[in-house]
Amino acid sequence: MEDAAKLQEFEARIEAGEKIEPKDWMPEKYRKQLIRMISQHAHSEIVGMLPEGNWITRAPSLKRKLTLLAKVQDEAGHGLYLYCAAETLGVDRQELVEQLLEGKAKYSSIFNYPTLTWADMGVIGWLVDGAAIVNQTMLAKASYGPYARAMIRICKEENFHKRQGYEIVATMANGTPEQKRMIQDAVNRWWWPSLMMFGPHDSDSPNSGDLMKWKVKTRSNDDLRQRFVNLTVPQAIAVGLTIPDPALKYNEETGNWEFGEIDWEEFWAVVSGNGPYNRERLEARRQAHAEGEWVRKAAEAYAEKQRLRENKVA
Amino acid sequence: MKFDQQTTEDLFDYLLRLGDDRLILGHRLSEWCGHGPILEEDIALANIALDCIGQAIGFLKLAGEVEGKGRSEDDLAYFREAIDFRNLILLEQPRGDFAYTIARQFLFDVYSFHLYEALQQSSFDELAALAAKSLKEARYHLRHSSQWALRLGDGTEESRQRIQNAFEDLWRFTGEMFRPDAVEQRLIAKNLIPDTAALKPKWDQMVGQVLAEATLTVPKEGFMVSGSRQGRHSEHLGYILSQMQILPRSYPTAQW
Amino acid sequence: MSEHKNTPGEVHNKDTQWPLWEVFVQEQQGAPHEHAGSLHAPDAEMALQNARDVYARRGRLLSIWVVPAGAITASAPADDGPFFDPGNDKVYRHPQFYKVPKGVKVF
Repeated sequence: MEDAAKLQEFEARIEAGEKIEPKDWMPEKYRKQLIRMISQHAHSEIVGMLPEGNWITRAPSLKRKLTLLAKVQDEAGHGLYLYCAAETLGVDRQELVEQLLEGKAKYSSIFNYPTLTWADMGVIGWLVDGAAIVNQTMLAKASYGPYARAMIRICKEENFHKRQGYEIVATMANGTPEQKRMIQDAVNRWWWPSLMMFGPHDSDSPNSGDLMKWKVKTRSNDDLRQRFVNLTVPQAIAVGLTIPDPALKYNEETGNWEFGEIDWEEFWAVVSGNGPYNRERLEARRQAHAEGEWVRKAAEAYAEKQRLRENKVA
Repeated sequence: MKFDQQTTEDLFDYLLRLGDDRLILGHRLSEWCGHGPILEEDIALANIALDCIGQAIGFLKLAGEVEGKGRSEDDLAYFREAIDFRNLILLEQPRGDFAYTIARQFLFDVYSFHLYEALQQSSFDELAALAAKSLKEARYHLRHSSQWALRLGDGTEESRQRIQNAFEDLWRFTGEMFRPDAVEQRLIAKNLIPDTAALKPKWDQMVGQVLAEATLTVPKEGFMVSGSRQGRHSEHLGYILSQMQILPRSYPTAQW
Repeated sequence: MSEHKNTPGEVHNKDTQWPLWEVFVQEQQGAPHEHAGSLHAPDAEMALQNARDVYARRGRLLSIWVVPAGAITASAPADDGPFFDPGNDKVYRHPQFYKVPKGVKVF
């Protein structure tokens, strides 16, 4: 009975647009959904470092090298902010990391595709970060305070990611015939996975209802996907690139770019672990974690020795 | 500033040494990105890599200007052969484990910190200014690597063993930091650069102090590898360059 | 701030992600230190270094404080009413409470 009253009060606060803070009462389901969502988001940032990190040593100019390295470093920072936001809900980062490494946690499927040419650095910045920004702009208004604050910081920092990506795309699209071929090929490979980033249709999205009711999400998957397509298609046209969707057409009445159906079979296959690069990505994370264990322990052992030494002096 | 032909050539060569050291070290550090022992350290190593590459850009740009043949920092980074590179052999060694990376970084940071301090007195203003700017970053790099040397040395038995081994293995590459060749001798005489041989006692003192505090042993003096300042490198450099240079070499007319 | 299981300096045989620290930064001279976020570090020195790397990647900071997350005591949400309300009706704490002769400028 008391819980029912609390729930009512909680929902009234959400309705009034108030932010929920860590120590506030919240329904267990809200807490669980948030932990799931924020940690998935954090994992995505961390796994997302790999496909781009793969090209840092091969960046074609020193400026591009600095930019790419700074961008991938930002992703580490964003993963860090997000893990900390999840931790305010009473989980330990160690638990979340273990869930990822044991293959129990999900992360954005987009990172289960390999990066094949330098053009992928442009297209990831443009499409993948572009899609992420559409999503994150919404999440910056999420009802959970620490999540919203992390997203505000992330959105601010990601502004340059998309721009630098589009700059690479535009440069290559106006470049040599080889460069044009590479950039179009990259668009062909990344376009559909980018649309998949927004998740299943609203009708097939099991968690969407609660998340929208409690204003963690304020817009539906399909709504955000449409917004992304509308933003992106004119940018492709501007640099003479073709979107690999024969069904794509502009609807004068609605102002929307209508697009074809996503290959949902591929979507669910990659989500459930059978994407082209799922194994490699997780293996890279596992290896880094395993090779780092002695380092983490050494630092803790040193801290403990220092503490004992200080106690002795005092 | 105008230099005679010999000095121009010498300065160009010396600026390549400064630039290549940081470019190659930055390359090795950037290999850690996404693979660090913990998230916070991944970010720290990327920061240091960014600083190194940023400093390299400054020195290579100045090298191109001194040379006066219109070569940009990118031309110098992407269109030279291994035999034209002037970085220390120490810096092209594989990144190894975290202990190896920290040991290498520490040995170089102590050297670089003292070198920058002295280079601020160069009579070549542009070089003195670059050194002063880089010194701020170098001070932080040194703080990071020396603090880690302490933690690994005085951490667990495993970490102590790993970093001791790394110092033992890398020691033979430290000799060439302090052996000015004819190029450097001429520049020293003109007050353009400091005498690195004179930096050696400071380096010994600081390295010795940190290693002692880290409960580590300073490796015994023995055979020292040399030759990198004349382009005599290990086999590792060729692989670094084959990765780094692949795109501009494959498409020399393309803009990226 | 989460209830964290590890406190700085505690030794573990099991692998951890290190203890949690809260970071406060000062962006301008004379400005107060404000909470920037959190991070994990084995000790105070590393927490400071990590804070510099994580929270000062863009733009300069003047000063950083790091505090073990467990050392912070926060007020409870239930305190909301009784804890803070009394401040609101103490009108004598606000400058508007005091009358000043017309035409005199008092700051």
